[in-house]
Amino acid sequence: MKRAAFSQPLMPVALLLPQLVIIAVFFYWPAWEAIYSSFFLQDPFGFGSNFVGADNYTRLAKSSEYAKVAGFTVFFTVIVTVLSLGTALLLAVKADKVIRGAKTYRTLLMWVYAIAPPVAGFLGALLFDQNIGPITDLFAFFGYNLQIGLNYNDTAFAMIVVSVWKQIPVNFIFLLSGLQSIPVAVREAALIDNKSGTRRFWDITFPLLAPTAFFLLITNITYALFDTFGVIDIMVKGNPASNPITLVYKVYTDGFRGGDLGGSSAQSVVLMVLVLALTIMQFRMLERRIHYT
Amino acid sequence: MATVNVTDISKTYPNGAQAVHPASFDIADGELIVLVGPSGCGKSTLLRMVAGLEDITTGDLHIGARLVNNLDPAERDIAMVFQNYALYPHMSVAKNMAYGLKNRGASKEQIAAKVSEAAEMLSLTALLDRRPSQLSGGQRQRVAMGRAIVRDPALFLFDEPLSNLDAKLRHQMRVEIRNLQRRLNVTAMYVTHDQVEAMTMADRIFVLNAGRIEQIGTPSEIYRKPASTFVASFMGAPPMNLLLAQSVGGQVQIGGVALGLSCADGDVTVGIRPEQVAVTQGGTIPFKLTLVEELGASRLLHGTVAGQDFVVNAPNDDAALADDLMLDFAPDALHLFDAQTGQRL
Ligand SMILES: Nc1ncnc2c1ncn2[C@@H]1O[C@H](COP(=O)(O)OP(=O)(O)OP(=O)(O)O)[C@@H](O)[C@H]1O
Ligand SMILES: [Mg+2]
Repeated sequence: MKRAAFSQPLMPVALLLPQLVIIAVFFYWPAWEAIYSSFFLQDPFGFGSNFVGADNYTRLAKSSEYAKVAGFTVFFTVIVTVLSLGTALLLAVKADKVIRGAKTYRTLLMWVYAIAPPVAGFLGALLFDQNIGPITDLFAFFGYNLQIGLNYNDTAFAMIVVSVWKQIPVNFIFLLSGLQSIPVAVREAALIDNKSGTRRFWDITFPLLAPTAFFLLITNITYALFDTFGVIDIMVKGNPASNPITLVYKVYTDGFRGGDLGGSSAQSVVLMVLVLALTIMQFRMLERRIHYT
Repeated sequence: MATVNVTDISKTYPNGAQAVHPASFDIADGELIVLVGPSGCGKSTLLRMVAGLEDITTGDLHIGARLVNNLDPAERDIAMVFQNYALYPHMSVAKNMAYGLKNRGASKEQIAAKVSEAAEMLSLTALLDRRPSQLSGGQRQRVAMGRAIVRDPALFLFDEPLSNLDAKLRHQMRVEIRNLQRRLNVTAMYVTHDQVEAMTMADRIFVLNAGRIEQIGTPSEIYRKPASTFVASFMGAPPMNLLLAQSVGGQVQIGGVALGLSCADGDVTVGIRPEQVAVTQGGTIPFKLTLVEELGASRLLHGTVAGQDFVVNAPNDDAALADDLMLDFAPDALHLFDAQTGQRL
């Protein structure tokens, strides 16, 4: 590697400073704040706080409500990840086979990607609206009264559908480009070696797609855990108590609605550890095995 | 082991490009056919139609006694070696070789036996557990060969399998492939644009030009009796000299000098190979020398005869050369072609 030397010793520091400041102000400081306040209990009327040690954490561990939300979060994350990856894979495999009009087809599938998350949440809410939502109408046609924001299961259903719908295009783009980067000759060699298309997919195509798929797996888990906040916010209609919510949403409701900054901070620290674990796993896995070249 | 019978096979791509014009030929059992021609002449297309990787637009293709037009590649009992080897990057060398057998229902013992036999043949035994990315180009080439061999197919197909190797390795693999094919006695079609490969490996050469088969013949037939000016100038290095000449009173002349050949009056193309020309004082054809290229064993004399470009491949005797030389050649070393169509007369 080439080493470049700066004539002024302060120059590199000056160049790095803006980036470091941004990271410090927007990442390290809030993270530190969260860790710090997770050891304090806030006075309900905002008149100060008392050091309580690990109380906030033990309270979390014992809370049956927290366990319920955590349970739903796991369920929600698994379902959203599996459905959005699975559907996108199916679409990508089909799109990869299209020869005529391939461009148009792909563009149409990618459109949703261009929609901003709040707009997607809003559109989703419209689709499930009590009075004018076409999906609600569809269910009504089959004799089921879909009640988003009122019925726990119905809300969970709508959250999952909208979250999956929003994530499919990203997955689709990555999976399709992953498919297309598999050398044609390798597929042709497989065509000669194996008659069954399904077996060819699982023996050759899928393993070659694995690096992309693994990257997407982590991205999707992160998405389901954190980036679905907007969708959930719209679906629960300001009534989080009787509706399914995820851990991230609970941080928000407990902290800002419930005024329990200490407990809410402890929850965010738990989430930070989770993200850290995911990231380490991703780096570990990417370095190892799932790389062929 | 099988014969291949091709009847009026042609290919038109969906965009309307006709890559292969109707062609018919038969390949004998155990024969090695080399398809040769310039880039874009349709060699790969023809081979891929045989493999089943490209639809056959018209015509019939029989491998063995079976009509295989509508069979999947996996059902045609063929094995193919690709230019970029096309190994499965996530599988070990052994798994790469075993994959095709496994899918054909071979038992574990059969597969193990076949793979180790092929590995032995190709000196791959020590590499069986490696991934393709851990192999050199030559070794990958061998694995690709191994993958084809273990299958014991009716027909081997090769699409420029050596073009990514350096000259020395290419020579070595050329001999190796030829020996293997002989030993296993498997019918083979081999695509290349390297005429040395074509001459040295083929039982018969098919010379393709713009989607048409210009000539089918043994290497020596192709060299000695090229069917057209295209074949004459494509096969042979340096290529055959082609001179525009006139036939007057039944005698072919260049620059007023009779060559001792006769044909109907009018324009005619005369071909002569650079290595069949002698530079002698007693020659009859004047040659203006412009450039000498040293090749070691011989040298190439570039110049003109009757104002037309001409190359002589002369023995390298270190003699100083004058600018004006006289050339001599035996009349039976000359080839006559129609000046318009380029067809052999
Ligand atoms: N998928 C395709 N669609 C349309 N035309 C094609 C397609 N593939 C090949 N062609 C055309 O068919 C002709 C023959 O192509 P082919 O690949 O058989 O040539 P080749 O003789 O193998 O050349 P090379 O030596 O460069 O590999 C070319 O003119 C090419 O442009
Ligand atoms: Mg080709």
